[in-house]
Amino acid sequence: MSGAARTSAVRVGLVYPELLGTYGDRGNAVVLVNRCLWRGIDAELVEVAAGSPIPASLDVYLFGGGEDDPQTMAAAGMRASRGAIQAARDNGAVVLAVCAGFQLIGERYVDAGGEVLDGIGLVDAVTTAGSPRLIGEVVVEPDPSLDLGMLTGFENHGGRTKLGPGTKPLGRVVTGGGNGVDGVDGALGNRLVGTYLHGPVLPRNPELADRLLSWIVGDLAPLDSPFEEQLREERIDAALATGFARWRQTRHLARG
Amino acid sequence: MSKLRTRTRAAVAAGQATGWLSRTLGKGAGEQVSGRVMLKVQPDVLTRLATGHRVVLVSATNGKTTTTRLLAAALEAQGEPVLSNHTGANLASGVASALAKAQTPSFAVLEVDERVVPRVFDALRPELLVLGNLSRDQLDRYGEVRSVGEQWRKLCEAHPKLPVVANASDPHVVWAALPADTTWVRLGAGWRGDAATCPQCGELLRWTDDGYSSACGFAQPHSDHHLDGSVLTLGTEKVTLDLALPGRWNLANAALAVVAATRLGVRPAHAAAAAATVTTVSGRYATYQLADGRPLRVLLAKNPAGWTEVLEYLAGIDTSVVLAVNAHIADGKDPSWLWDVPYERLAGKKVAVSGERALDVAIRLRHAGVDCILERDPIQGAALLPGDSVHVVASYTQFHHLTKVLS
Repeated sequence: MSGAARTSAVRVGLVYPELLGTYGDRGNAVVLVNRCLWRGIDAELVEVAAGSPIPASLDVYLFGGGEDDPQTMAAAGMRASRGAIQAARDNGAVVLAVCAGFQLIGERYVDAGGEVLDGIGLVDAVTTAGSPRLIGEVVVEPDPSLDLGMLTGFENHGGRTKLGPGTKPLGRVVTGGGNGVDGVDGALGNRLVGTYLHGPVLPRNPELADRLLSWIVGDLAPLDSPFEEQLREERIDAALATGFARWRQTRHLARG
Repeated sequence: MSKLRTRTRAAVAAGQATGWLSRTLGKGAGEQVSGRVMLKVQPDVLTRLATGHRVVLVSATNGKTTTTRLLAAALEAQGEPVLSNHTGANLASGVASALAKAQTPSFAVLEVDERVVPRVFDALRPELLVLGNLSRDQLDRYGEVRSVGEQWRKLCEAHPKLPVVANASDPHVVWAALPADTTWVRLGAGWRGDAATCPQCGELLRWTDDGYSSACGFAQPHSDHHLDGSVLTLGTEKVTLDLALPGRWNLANAALAVVAATRLGVRPAHAAAAAATVTTVSGRYATYQLADGRPLRVLLAKNPAGWTEVLEYLAGIDTSVVLAVNAHIADGKDPSWLWDVPYERLAGKKVAVSGERALDVAIRLRHAGVDCILERDPIQGAALLPGDSVHVVASYTQFHHLTKVLS
């Protein structure tokens, strides 16, 4: 699986974009493909249309965010293709699952009415619908094994995701809600990232995009990302400023 | 005004005084704040102010301000007195403020925010409801598209005899308006990104070139009214929409307005002629001049459906383009939608990115293969671009800032 040995294009699979694409999720696929192409690595974006089986031949599986009905539809398709996804995983395929997609790669999602939607169980995680919705900028300090700087993103979800005892989170929440429990966001598995940093998490964190790609093609040559670096600094400052304001307000309230 | 009770008069006077103060202090048009005071002084002020007027409500994710303006123009051309919240103040407060200005019984053609329709409906007792389209918009504060459709549907279920004019090409709108006495008009599908699944059964919708259908039987309703290019067919009659306003989306707005006008007794040709006279709508589509004399046109785009239409229009004309994007509450604080918009359509154009979220836009454009310059001030950005004309496409707060600075 090293870059030099690879002859075929990196196949970036965007799963059910009509159903799991509420928050600009296509951006993650575009960024992965372009960051390959810009380095002279062949790559293609493969859309898996809703209603179609998910093939086993993809190198990256992107599961994005979606509204309730579409999420239910997507779950049915993903469960039907669980075998293919598992076979691809055994061959080293990478998974990035965001928001509703993250909930669906877990064991199950329990909605506000108590109805259970089964996931595909790639990670040991159970999500229950909660209140209030967690909406706003998020900063996450990723797990040290990833060797990355702070991750920034935006979240908008009502899920509360509890990880199983053996499951690592993607990182610690510095500001924002993340999984909504235990002060962490997402999940980190073998070549697998789940997160609530929704939609275009990779455009905002190109280092994370490169980490995912390195799991497929090995070490990558550095790329200039000047706009991305500026944006990251801008968003971290903004999120921390809001976080600080919130903290001050709580303290003020606590003191009466 | 003479028949209003003392309390209503006091509410209106207090509201209008506040509005005057707001304008005098340069805080804005004062419509929202003046209406808020009226509602505070007398909570049922809407019911009282609406009495005696023929109320028409217009709602949609995109195009409600323009559709309202075009419908008002059609009625005005008939010599009817018309009042309207034409500044785009479309919450209960803006509606109260507009109604309070009426001197005589009039048509009240009112644009209402999608979420506010159920809240003001009973107070206003409209004789016609005009429903355009529903798509994702400011998801961080509005929530899911489907829940708006569900709210509209409940309203129509409660009022099955309510006359409605609705867009047959939008599944969410159709689902909402089916229980009412609806005149359908096929406007053609633009953005389909939020209509993958059936609003009735949740299964995948089957889309073809001329419509959609679902396994449960839900489908695009049959309609004698449809828009093809700029030709609007109303049963056996055809009118050509020859608009001063640009873009395909404004043809759809005008078609909806003309069909609505006919339900109020206006002849289609008269309504179309009146629509043709409208050149700007609350600052939209206005053309200004850059310091070097070149024309600068400002367009508003608030969400992926709106941006997609605007880019389609710009792709067909020779112009340089400034994209000016903020992410304040009124813009939606989450610019993730940038990745839903086909900015690839700007390929070959000279482009500048501006506004507080210019970096997000710059990154999006780089991935779309479109080169750009980054200049936070959109007017400076426009000045730096070559070309005989420049269009600025602006998010909500950028648009309002620009129209204020330019006019």
